[in-house]
Amino acid sequence: MIEILSNGAPNLIQDAGRRGHLGFGVSRSGAMDALALAVGNALVGNRHEDAAIEVSLFPFRVRFQEDLDFAVTGADCVVRLDDTQLAPWWGRTAKAGQTLVIERPKRGARAYLCLGGGVDVPSVMGSRSTDLKGAFGGYEGRGLRRGDALRVNIRPPRPFRGAGLGVVPAELPSFWDELSSGLVSVRVVPGAEFQHFTDEARKAFANTDYEITPDANRVGYRLSGAALPLSSPLELLSHGIVPGTVQVPPSGQPIIQLAEANTCGGYPKIATVVEADIWKLGQAPIGSRVRFVLTDVDAAVNTLRDRATEITKVQQTLALMTQRG
Amino acid sequence: MDVQILEKPQDASSDAGDIPSMRSTEHRSHALNSGPRLTAAGAGALLFDPGTRLFDAVMQTRLLAMAKRIDATLCANDTTEVVLGVNNLMLVFNPLELHPNDASEMLLKLWETTDAEVVSERTIEIPVIYGGAAGEDLNALSASAGLSVDEYVRRHSEATYSVACIGSMPGFAYMTGLPPELAVPRRKVPRMKVDEGTVIVGGTQAGVMPCTAPSGWHLLGRTDRRLFDPQNSPPCLFEPGNTVRFIVKGVEA
Repeated sequence: MIEILSNGAPNLIQDAGRRGHLGFGVSRSGAMDALALAVGNALVGNRHEDAAIEVSLFPFRVRFQEDLDFAVTGADCVVRLDDTQLAPWWGRTAKAGQTLVIERPKRGARAYLCLGGGVDVPSVMGSRSTDLKGAFGGYEGRGLRRGDALRVNIRPPRPFRGAGLGVVPAELPSFWDELSSGLVSVRVVPGAEFQHFTDEARKAFANTDYEITPDANRVGYRLSGAALPLSSPLELLSHGIVPGTVQVPPSGQPIIQLAEANTCGGYPKIATVVEADIWKLGQAPIGSRVRFVLTDVDAAVNTLRDRATEITKVQQTLALMTQRG
Repeated sequence: MDVQILEKPQDASSDAGDIPSMRSTEHRSHALNSGPRLTAAGAGALLFDPGTRLFDAVMQTRLLAMAKRIDATLCANDTTEVVLGVNNLMLVFNPLELHPNDASEMLLKLWETTDAEVVSERTIEIPVIYGGAAGEDLNALSASAGLSVDEYVRRHSEATYSVACIGSMPGFAYMTGLPPELAVPRRKVPRMKVDEGTVIVGGTQAGVMPCTAPSGWHLLGRTDRRLFDPQNSPPCLFEPGNTVRFIVKGVEA
């Protein structure tokens, strides 16, 4: 059991997402930074889909009421267990009574607190993720509040030795360098209406940066930059959309749909952010800029395969290092 | 995020048939005019558009039959999902197990071998109290349609609606069948909060709010019927292909 010591409506229980229910209008949900969730879960010996706490309001404090393995991944934050500062993307064992503090990120937007065994909240429609639109899943369908007590699934103790250990995905250092300069680049494949945009619009989309406006949440980010006009007006019938879809409403300013993407939309789609890069947007704060890099579907499949291979390697390496099955 | 549902006839010059094929995953039949079109949405999703700009009820029935076939054959594990839209369909899959090119071919074959078979005969009745605070647009909508409130309510409640698809929010049904004289452009500025149970119209479609959420549609009244419960199986009251009737339980000033 852990006790939440900070109020934070945007701090949510999330897992790898809710699958199989798009046809009911139920969004995918899940961690905005799926890479951080997967590696954090690997650090504490969990399955990759186990539920964790997605923190986006800082500082975030919890008190451990039992001895527990934990890991903090995601944004570059100062993390302290009582008076001991931990390195980024680090896991160790906390003793009952100890307090963990995750400070406001130096770089990035969301931190993930993974707990050995996974957060034990009821699975709703096959997932423990919080769905804010439908107010279900997660912890009573809402953000965490001071005083909430979260149970953790029981599993045999497999404590970290001493100061614990950390692991950093290969891409992270260069991504953090990008974040330091306020820019995040993501690969996109052209969307269904790509050719309906003017030449100038397509050039601007690929060659200029778009700033993330304050109108940004888990559903999506509204961006601001060079307008993206259509060659001629286009009105579409409602159609399925996925996280990563870049829509352009009549204002010409793009919207990126994210973890809680609407299941259907109607705006013209200039592009889709490839699955392997969506986690980067989860770490892009309001005010930072996004650059879209055009690629093709084969490259999108290959980068996703590389990502899956890397995560498997991390899991295997950690299992060896910690001698966990 | 706003969700647009627009069903206006298109100028032929802006038809998708004029757009040159762009990517290897985009297939097009050799039929005259615009045939089926497949576009990748990332590595793991394909949007299938049989090629129409006007709502076509027969095509929708055929797409629903195709969606049911996909559900029955592919969706046993949750890595494959089908999202029925309005005259289109999206397949979401794991591209490490099914290459997008193979998924495209499969969808085209399925389409060619699926007939417009009716798969649902169910009729759902929705009791409505029209007007009042929950239906604050009723007077203005009646006036702009040149009808009395009672006449507007009569036409809205006597029409037969069909659930085209579910989407945008959990359990929300896009319904076709709104009498043409009741069609109305959506609000320029969406309301930030419309209550669960509100009966609404937008464009040429009708709907009911399954949860409290933003909406740019117009408010006619309210119902007590619960449309979505995540603990139920299935969680939605409506499913595509259902017939829906609104029953007048009262009209408030």
